[in-house]
Amino acid sequence: MSIEVSGINKSYGDFVALEDINVSLPTGQLTALLGPSGGGKSTLLRIIAGLDTADSGSVEIEGVNATRLPPQKRNVGFVFQHYAVFKHMTVAKNVAFGLEIRKRPKAEVKAKVAELLELVHLSQFAHRLPSQLSGGQRQRLALARALAVEPSVLLLDEPFGALDAQVRKELRDWLRRLHDEVHVTTVFVTHDQEEAMEVADEIVVINNGRIEQIGTPDQLYDEPANDFVMGFLGDVTRLGNVRLRPHDIELALSPAVAAGTAPAFAGVIARTLRVGFEVRLTVDVDGQGETTQVVLSRTHARALDLEVGTKVWLRPATGASSVPVLGIAAG
Amino acid sequence: MTDVLVKPAGPARTSSRPSGLFRLTPASGIGLGVALVWFSVLVLLPLAAVVGAAAAGGWGAFWNTLTDAQTFAALRLTVIEAGLVTVVNGILGTVVAWVLVRDQFFGKRILDVVIDIPFALPTIVAGLVLLSLYGPESPVGINIVNTRQGIFLALLFVTLPFVVRTVQPVLIELDADVEEAAASLGASRFTTFRRIILPSLVPAITAGSSLGFARAISEFGSLVLISGNTPYQTEVASLKILKFIEGDNQAGAAAVAVLLLLVAIFTIVALDLVSRRVARRG
Repeated sequence: MSIEVSGINKSYGDFVALEDINVSLPTGQLTALLGPSGGGKSTLLRIIAGLDTADSGSVEIEGVNATRLPPQKRNVGFVFQHYAVFKHMTVAKNVAFGLEIRKRPKAEVKAKVAELLELVHLSQFAHRLPSQLSGGQRQRLALARALAVEPSVLLLDEPFGALDAQVRKELRDWLRRLHDEVHVTTVFVTHDQEEAMEVADEIVVINNGRIEQIGTPDQLYDEPANDFVMGFLGDVTRLGNVRLRPHDIELALSPAVAAGTAPAFAGVIARTLRVGFEVRLTVDVDGQGETTQVVLSRTHARALDLEVGTKVWLRPATGASSVPVLGIAAG
Repeated sequence: MTDVLVKPAGPARTSSRPSGLFRLTPASGIGLGVALVWFSVLVLLPLAAVVGAAAAGGWGAFWNTLTDAQTFAALRLTVIEAGLVTVVNGILGTVVAWVLVRDQFFGKRILDVVIDIPFALPTIVAGLVLLSLYGPESPVGINIVNTRQGIFLALLFVTLPFVVRTVQPVLIELDADVEEAAASLGASRFTTFRRIILPSLVPAITAGSSLGFARAISEFGSLVLISGNTPYQTEVASLKILKFIEGDNQAGAAAVAVLLLLVAIFTIVALDLVSRRVARRG
């Protein structure tokens, strides 16, 4: 295990930022800490880096108890949301900083800087100042600077949060490829579930200072541990006493029941909305307080000839992941 | 991928703006005219007049005035004292600004306000304030009247806020994450200060020091009471100018004034050059 976090607690006054956090991150893995803003994920990352200290609990990095080590001694690379580049230094100087501090020979520093700038595709900008780079380039510079010291773990705090959608997507793919090349244990914080699902080997879902679930993207999506995880990882709707994904609902024009399937719920289409290739239906299900959302492909919807007012029958698709609606049994 | 992200640098920005002096819009033409007239009446013409007055007696008279032993001693004292004060202010002003920005302590807001008092006070009052504590009737038994230490102290007093007030806003604006990044790369706090923080502060320190130096070589009010004005010992340039005028020697006064002007310009330019060098080197 590369990073071993056990029993971490952290509060700011009355506000509990983290409560009894236990997580192990294996060497070489790319892990996402996913959760809503203010949920504690950045705090956890900063505690691992030594930029914040926990009230109790311990952090072990590569078998060394790092709980009391200052950030300088932890050998972690940290990448900030707003780049945190050294504005008065050229791109090459920025990358060389950590190596110069370690008093490496000049020739070695030069070679290493050239190698890293190559890796992040910034070679031709070596002598520019950061102010002459775009946001995406600055973040790649920050990454090269962090990798220069050959950290045992690489920590990224919302690394793509300040970039526009197009660049985000590019950098996301690029980070995944980079990780496959470099294989350094990487943890990144994000509030974007799509980003986490696309890039990470494993996702740790954190909310209200607690870990809700740990698992691979597929596990989290298919077997969410609870309502929160399910809702955070994708659209959710209610059908009867369960919550499930709108595209996991089968829709039929008659109540005919095949053997072994769940009974269908009857309802009337209240609204239809077409977005690109999919059709989103809002269905008033008889006897259910709230409406149910159903997503169909456009072809499917057209074949059924659906419109507002059409009577339909809904049932969960076979194998659909669902969680019980909280509080329904009582009320 | 990189090609997509490259922003057009430099030239694109300048080419969109008219580069010639005569391609101004009417509004900015009037603006420039007003600014130039204002600046000329207030600054350029008086400066030219004093240079003219200094030149009236001819080069020889100008040179004689400045090489006169007593004048030269006054000028030397002024520049040396102002230089020392500037060095001390550059360091201590930065420390004070650091404490005011980074540390939390009781009375911080009050201190923040009090810093400006030496600047806000009429300088003669500043002299009086120092005189009452460090004068002949000093309650603490220290008398600095009529000494060079007295001049030094008075100059320190009146120039204190300059560096503090220029460095403070820059320190507030510094991103904490830049320092954290340096720390996670292995930099000690001292290295972080020297290589990351200081280069960002140097332009502000220099600007504050330049202002402080300019103020120090021109200081008059507080020194009238403190310095004692003894020729060769504690006579500074501004008081020397007063003596010339009282002796009806306009050309002599103007000559000293012109030299102070040159010293001020030289210092400001030199400090600016130093600041550019340091800020670039990191």
